Amino acid sequence: MTLTPVPVPAQAPEEWQGSVEALRGLVSDRAMTGETLLLNLGPHHPSTHGVLRLLLELDGEEIVTCLPDIGYLHTGIEKNIESKSYEKAVTLTDRMDYLAPMSNNTVFCMAIEKLVGLDVPERAQAIRVICLELTRINSHLVWLGTHAMDMGAMSVFLYCFREREFVLDMFEMLSGQRMMGSYMRPGGVWRDLPAEFLPALNKFLDYFPAKIDDYETLLTNNPIWIDRTQGIGVVEPEDAMALGMSGPSLRGSGVNWDIRKAQPYSGYEQYNFNVPLGEHGDVYDRFLVRVQELRESLKIIRQAVDKLPGGPFRSTNRKFVPPPRAELGGSMEAVIHHFKLWTEGFPAPDEEVYVAIESPRGEIGCYLHGTGGNKPRRVHFKTPSFMHISALGVISQGHMIADLVGIIGSVDIVLGDSDR
Amino acid sequence: MQIPAALDPVEAIREAMPDSLLDVHLFRDETTLIIKPEKIVAFARYLRDTKGLVFNFLSDISAVDYYPDYNRPGRFGVCYHLYSMLYNRRLRLKVYLPEDAPTVPTVTVVWRAAEWLEREIYDMMGINFKGHPDLRRVLLPDDWEGHPHRRDYPLGYETVMFSFNKDEINKSKPYAKE
Repeated sequence: MTLTPVPVPAQAPEEWQGSVEALRGLVSDRAMTGETLLLNLGPHHPSTHGVLRLLLELDGEEIVTCLPDIGYLHTGIEKNIESKSYEKAVTLTDRMDYLAPMSNNTVFCMAIEKLVGLDVPERAQAIRVICLELTRINSHLVWLGTHAMDMGAMSVFLYCFREREFVLDMFEMLSGQRMMGSYMRPGGVWRDLPAEFLPALNKFLDYFPAKIDDYETLLTNNPIWIDRTQGIGVVEPEDAMALGMSGPSLRGSGVNWDIRKAQPYSGYEQYNFNVPLGEHGDVYDRFLVRVQELRESLKIIRQAVDKLPGGPFRSTNRKFVPPPRAELGGSMEAVIHHFKLWTEGFPAPDEEVYVAIESPRGEIGCYLHGTGGNKPRRVHFKTPSFMHISALGVISQGHMIADLVGIIGSVDIVLGDSDR
Repeated sequence: MQIPAALDPVEAIREAMPDSLLDVHLFRDETTLIIKPEKIVAFARYLRDTKGLVFNFLSDISAVDYYPDYNRPGRFGVCYHLYSMLYNRRLRLKVYLPEDAPTVPTVTVVWRAAEWLEREIYDMMGINFKGHPDLRRVLLPDDWEGHPHRRDYPLGYETVMFSFNKDEINKSKPYAKE
């Protein structure tokens, strides 16, 4: 495939000359006569959690139509992966859902492992579980902080970000990077847990439960918070499933579907944890589900640390996993494998697989199609935020515009996740 | 509540719609039913509404381009990843579409979740979904030309800017001018 430069237009594009006519069919006819108001929310608005743009049709303060518009953060990650060998593409997946990079890494690595038939050692699986749950805590903390701030509870934001730093420090110990670690690799993880990691993790496990209590003290029984969230953005379970919602947003409606329980991966079947469920499917229930998930994540991490198995942290199948540096001095075979894997990569069959795991936001799926060569033919990520934004228009119908901010926060969207 | 016994989707389909099922493919415990494109809605309805199947959750729709030398029935493939919450299992439906004017009926009438997933494929792969209520581009701007996820769409790049050529490159950039 030859590369050609993208033509750059010689002059700035002309000003938009559109009219309401372009929106006929998308908004109600009342907007055409000016009876209802068309309002643009975003993409720079802080409460849209990134670069989400919503076109709202308002009747007074009531939302008649809500048209989400995404793509402002589209970076062509799926297209870029097609030109990279499998292992090199892992770094790109971090950048999709930038609040849960470990989940993206893991789902991509698991798809590769399934496609080529590579086993992951038990220790690597346990390390993955610890990282996935830490990522869930990290992501839920950002969600809780920003969601509460949107609704006017400023102090929760500061507390959440204080605790999040501990998690990011631990990620830095693992990979040298606070956020985009690319710590997961096909066949395991990049390196073994460093000596300082487990003491820091144990300290965090002792420290964090009291902090969750603090958040709950600030919000759970706070009458203002309850007034703003209860009965808002109600999604019936049937609708939630039909709209493709997943994760805590689906469980807030009372649908008991957690991929960690339903189709366990990476050894989740060994751990004992509950799946919190909501009842009413409103903003408040989705809030409760996520706060409970913080506690459940801690439970899983404790169990994983307690029975952390020994052994290799990455598969020793040298057809897919490069040998450690120390072997290169003494073994010709290791040199050949090193050279082959770092120049060419490994081949994968001309077949397709679909792997889905439970990311903090819901089901993140990776569809991977090999070519028989060292690069994939097609990678597609099914991302929870994409589905949740598409559902926003339906959920927010008939609500006040002030409640829209709460609804956006409650389905926990990340625009990097939806736009890829 | 009595849950009806689970049916094997392949056998159920073989019995109900034998003419529309072209092939069954198994790879790493994943079942793929390759079917005729025009029958997709009938399949979707059957798989969702039949007792013992109940594929009530649409996980994903993804499209793949087999360009340039495909040894398959068509250049494009569209994969529907279904999940059954009741029986906890997955199934993939796949249709192959020709290079000229690839079109497949929409499944938004069966799963509403398909609406944006199909828009994304239309945007990125240029596949038309007949009967879709709102088939617009979703990720790219409305006036974008081409469909980037096609394999014959080049991966573009911009010339790297150094001190010796920055003025020249800046001239061609659409910056706001004074």
